[in-house]
Amino acid sequence: MGMPISIHVRGANLDSTPVALGVEAAFDLLRQADRLFSTYQHDSEISRIRRGELDADQADPLVREVIRLCQQARELTEGAFTDRLPDDEGVPRFEPTGLVKGWAADRAACRLAELPGASFCLNAGGDVVVGGTASDAGEKQAAPWWVGIEDPRDRTRIAEIVELCHGGVATSGTAARGAHLYDPGTQTFVERTGSVTVVGPNLMWADVWATALFVGPASLPRRFVRVADGYRMISLRGHR
Amino acid sequence: MRRIVFVMMSTITAVVLLFSYRTSTNSALVAGSPVVQLPGSPGSASPPRSSSKSGPATSKSSKSGPATYTGDSADTRWGPVQVRITVQGGKISASEAVQYPQNNGRDAQINGFALPILSQEVVQQQSASIDTVSGATVTSDGYLQSLQSAIDQAHL
Repeated sequence: MGMPISIHVRGANLDSTPVALGVEAAFDLLRQADRLFSTYQHDSEISRIRRGELDADQADPLVREVIRLCQQARELTEGAFTDRLPDDEGVPRFEPTGLVKGWAADRAACRLAELPGASFCLNAGGDVVVGGTASDAGEKQAAPWWVGIEDPRDRTRIAEIVELCHGGVATSGTAARGAHLYDPGTQTFVERTGSVTVVGPNLMWADVWATALFVGPASLPRRFVRVADGYRMISLRGHR
Repeated sequence: MRRIVFVMMSTITAVVLLFSYRTSTNSALVAGSPVVQLPGSPGSASPPRSSSKSGPATSKSSKSGPATYTGDSADTRWGPVQVRITVQGGKISASEAVQYPQNNGRDAQINGFALPILSQEVVQQQSASIDTVSGATVTSDGYLQSLQSAIDQAHL
């Protein structure tokens, strides 16, 4: 998927075998997702689907699951989220990467959530999922993770801090890659500045909504408030 | 002239890459150059943390002097990227791209802009009272991937 992923685990007995195995299992799931979905890998199933060499019906069950989730995401966001993006030549192609990121991170996080007496923070290229169990005897809940949200006007600064024990934090914006976010409504790449961060129980859906809210119409936040139970958004201003 | 003076006082990486940017595009540091913060510039105010962190997850005892770690080379769509970090007292004091794409003018543009900012980020965020950062997905994938492998080696 071409993005950096780091895992931070807190708790007692972190040198134990179960913890090492759990972290390795989490990375294995991420590598598996990369093998199936990376558009940078010529032989990934997604690359083959994009070239028309593989039919979606014949694809790996995980790929078919992602295709179904993409459809749900499109319906939920009334089309603001899209899995069809123009490639380098401008030809529209199946491009589920926006959803796969969070989906893969959530799957990896499940391995970490199983670790007894540990809490974890997984950061996949700026999308964060945290969770886990109490780290010390007597504590009802592990200490929360402090997730800084980058200031879109100055990427060396933190604009806000979200305190979270369980859930996901996803940010969408143009500060890092310029106009790479596509608005299927206008069929153009969005030049808007600033960023949208969504916090909620599941990283994949937080990420879907963050992207949709960043590119989508002004009416979408109202829909978000109505249908995305348990999620909240933080909208940060960019340069004029 | 002033901007060059700021660069000299900043991290090593910024100096190396901005000079490289000038050479390959044959232009001075014009609009579009990254903003370089002087060390010690105030960051965003962050609320004081009330809960104390448990000990760092996988740190070993820190070495007495600075140590450097070089990450694995990582492939990006523009070519291989590789990063070296310097760790002192358990914190990253400098990070440096030792290998980065520079085959064409566009690479130089991207490197001139994206890599120095990322290096500043790496050094500054270490001292912030946060655990992790959520932001727009980074483009210099190889840089951070490789940096992460350097961090893993340092067991930070």
